Amino acid sequence: MPTTRRQFLSLAGGATAAGAIPIVTLQPLEATPAMLSAAIRNVVGEAPVRTGKVKLDIPPLVENGNTVPMTVSVASPLTANDYVKSIHVFNEKNPQPNIGNFYLNPSSGRAQVSTRIRLADTQKVVAIARLSDDTFWQAAADVVVTLAACTEEMN
Amino acid sequence: MAALINVPSKARRGDIIEIRTLTSHIMETGFRHTADGALVPRDIITSFTCRYNGTEIFRADLFQAIAANPYLSFFTVAKDSGKFEFEWIGDNGYASTASASITVE
Repeated sequence: MPTTRRQFLSLAGGATAAGAIPIVTLQPLEATPAMLSAAIRNVVGEAPVRTGKVKLDIPPLVENGNTVPMTVSVASPLTANDYVKSIHVFNEKNPQPNIGNFYLNPSSGRAQVSTRIRLADTQKVVAIARLSDDTFWQAAADVVVTLAACTEEMN
Repeated sequence: MAALINVPSKARRGDIIEIRTLTSHIMETGFRHTADGALVPRDIITSFTCRYNGTEIFRADLFQAIAANPYLSFFTVAKDSGKFEFEWIGDNGYASTASASITVE
């Protein structure tokens, strides 16, 4: 017999009353654009994010999503009162939306970070820089992925 | 764990130098299943820090989207001769360190 919503709710309610709160953990299948914007809001808060200053270097077409080279650089004089505080990189469709947060300082010399990332699908990658005056700047790039990463079966 | 560190051994004061690091780690995402359907538990490096003569000059939070054997390259200004210390911290109590020295003239 299929469980109706009403039965399920009353069961859940009963369990709560008995002191055992049911914990349901849902494993998201992929970061939806909503998760992407939520992850970005988590970092920038209510501040506006302007396009510019940030350069995101990533191949537009990758055969293997398991190692995608990526470089983010920010145009900044890197002086004691005008520098890049941090760089945050996000993806749109991996199982979770964060890629990395990188923290810099006035003596970084050059506001540039390179790493290798995984992409589970053809999607958009967004890099956001936080400057010392707490303004946010972004760049986005679309990447076509032929072989997906992250969720493949283990052999 | 083995780590590859690339720091110039010599630099002039004020030079901008590139630091490249590569460490060996599986970076298991926690989203994969074995052939019989069991979830492979997450095992990733979550944090990387680089200190230059004791001062933190670069730090990174890493997520599952960082590829296996995390590679990071970043820059700093050569100020004084001394030591760079690198630290990786991750799931299941994972911790690894490495260091490299530089002569600044």
